[in-house]
Amino acid sequence: MSLRFQRAIVVGASSGIGAAIAQQLAADGAAVALLGRRERELREVAHAIERAGSGRAIVAAHDVTAFDSVAPTFDRLLNELGGLDLFVYAAGVMGSVAESEYDAAMDRATMMVNVLGAMAWAAPVAAHFEAQRAGTMVALSSIAGERGRRPFPAYSTSKAALTAYFEALRNRVSRYGVNVVTVKSGYVDTAMTQGVKGLFWLIPADEAARRILAIARRGGSPSVFVPARWGLVAFVVRHLPSAVFRRLNF
Amino acid sequence: MALAARAPWRVLEGFGGAQRAAARIAAPRDLEGLRRALHAAREERLTVTLRGAGRSYGDAALAAGGVALDMTGMNRVLAWDEAEGVATVEPGVTIEQLWRTILPHGFWPTVVPGTMFPTLGGCVAMNVHGKNAWRVGPIGDHVRALDLMTADGAVRTLSRTQEPELFRAAIGGAGWLGVVTRIEIEAKRVASGRLRVTPLRTRTLRGMFELFEARSGAADYLVGWVDAFARGPQLGRGLVHDARYLAAAEDPDGRAWLDPARQDLPPSVLGVPRSLAWRAMKPFSNDPGMRFVNALKWRLPERTGRDGSYLETHVAFAFLLDYVPGWRRAYDPRGFIQVQLFLPDAAARQGFERALTLCQQRGTVPYLAVFKRHREDEFLISHGLDGWSLALDFPVPPDRDRLWATARELTALTLDHGGRFYPAKDSVVDANSFARSLGDRLTRFLALRRTLDPDALFTTAQARRLLPGCD
Repeated sequence: MSLRFQRAIVVGASSGIGAAIAQQLAADGAAVALLGRRERELREVAHAIERAGSGRAIVAAHDVTAFDSVAPTFDRLLNELGGLDLFVYAAGVMGSVAESEYDAAMDRATMMVNVLGAMAWAAPVAAHFEAQRAGTMVALSSIAGERGRRPFPAYSTSKAALTAYFEALRNRVSRYGVNVVTVKSGYVDTAMTQGVKGLFWLIPADEAARRILAIARRGGSPSVFVPARWGLVAFVVRHLPSAVFRRLNF
Repeated sequence: MALAARAPWRVLEGFGGAQRAAARIAAPRDLEGLRRALHAAREERLTVTLRGAGRSYGDAALAAGGVALDMTGMNRVLAWDEAEGVATVEPGVTIEQLWRTILPHGFWPTVVPGTMFPTLGGCVAMNVHGKNAWRVGPIGDHVRALDLMTADGAVRTLSRTQEPELFRAAIGGAGWLGVVTRIEIEAKRVASGRLRVTPLRTRTLRGMFELFEARSGAADYLVGWVDAFARGPQLGRGLVHDARYLAAAEDPDGRAWLDPARQDLPPSVLGVPRSLAWRAMKPFSNDPGMRFVNALKWRLPERTGRDGSYLETHVAFAFLLDYVPGWRRAYDPRGFIQVQLFLPDAAARQGFERALTLCQQRGTVPYLAVFKRHREDEFLISHGLDGWSLALDFPVPPDRDRLWATARELTALTLDHGGRFYPAKDSVVDANSFARSLGDRLTRFLALRRTLDPDALFTTAQARRLLPGCD
């Protein structure tokens, strides 16, 4: 059985994996609402979709940290799309700190986008999906959430929180026929990873999007590593004793 | 109060469990909180759905978008006037709260539905009836006055002498005109906490009508149960329960039974704890199972005295549905819908026969069918007519459209026989049929609604289906 998504909301669709997911959904004939802060980039994605000729794009400039605008935006898009089958939360920021640097403001901003924004969106979406006894929610988490990492303290924390929140959500709504997919990706070649050193197994955003959609279309509520080989890394990383892990630069 | 942005969400379900919707929720605790909520909804262009205990079967208390106001927090009994037998209550007070308050004083709510969990606000908004509908009318006939908060936040007191047209519209108005915020309701004086109940059996639908006709002069309550699986010559076979109040002399022990503790339902049914009983019902929740249960129920003798009757508490007689808490879970996961046909006296015999036959022909046989007698009333959105009702509980099959098709045929049948619809039960009626059944009454209702609620603030999921121009 393969799900066919006809109406989707992609939050964080202006670039990277979110943009690629939106384009691939549209290529498959879906009507997609593109959300992000940068309207110009969103429009470019929308143009690309229109040029490709299949599917439909709705552009909505939206800052996920403007929490009070989330539910009204959801109302409007639900109305414009005429319903909803798929919700993708791809918004995320990754600030890194240098050795001996501590930045509470940046940490807070990271949590607001990566976690609180996701929660703000999850509430109306989950309620809607539970009521209709169908729907798929996808969160783009990260392998970074498996352990607290030296260069990305807030990012690791935010992804651990996002993973836990979506696990709770899965436990709440999968019994009502709603699929909740957590994607824990490894390194993906996007703006987020520009200039970050020591990357390996890097895949293009297009490929990440393809893999993510393939998983979501399969149905069910998995929590998966993308690509799957990162599961092995996660296993090792999780089981490294703290005494060892703290000595690494990973 | 930023409702659109900040109100929490809740997935609301109709009592039948076949319809649900996600809505923002707010729970006002008092008039001021309610006024603020209405004001915020208006400012933010959100529609408002009023919700009490959520016991309406279909989408009457579901919000299609907008905000649902959970009224159960406004649940104080404000006054009890023993000399007059009048209780003044907030809308969130339940039937249970009401009888527990007044029974020790020797009063019983004149009209109660088949369960004690609904709120009085909901009962008045839906103008519910009981097993004595032909004798005392719907609950609205016993409302002395009520307060209605309209979309602008103003509160009006309504009665048969004060804005009588609006009074007749608000009762039964399904929360489409405003919020009932205070109810003065008359109760019935009773000498005993018990009733004398006589069970009777009939082999035919005609026999059911005849039993009612023979007994409606003397009985205080009459309710019929029909085995909807029986066909051919036994079509409409069933049981009738006749219940009568007892004078002090007829039940010398009766006063002691006014104690609420003696009214409480027994903790187990046939040895199964009540809270688990629905699980025991679950294996029978299919066509062969329910055919068997219905046949068994029809045959099983009840324990009666030599005169063929027994004494039963008001609670046990009135609130049959509450015997098995969560019984509707036996219909999970798809739930059930109820279609209650109200047909005028002259058309009911033929109409019900056709309806039962139709259900059997379509392969959608109701698992439960309940039969009652009614009378005319003065309310605008009214299911009350000089006639009869047959309430049919249908399990929702995997192919939902099949049941909805049958339900549409029953809607057409109701209209053909000059019948009425009842929003508290309804999930399927269309706006055109609803308008035709009510005629001028709906026109008068809509005129009031246009005046009092020009922006259609009070628009439930059901209103979108039943009222013109709500989509």
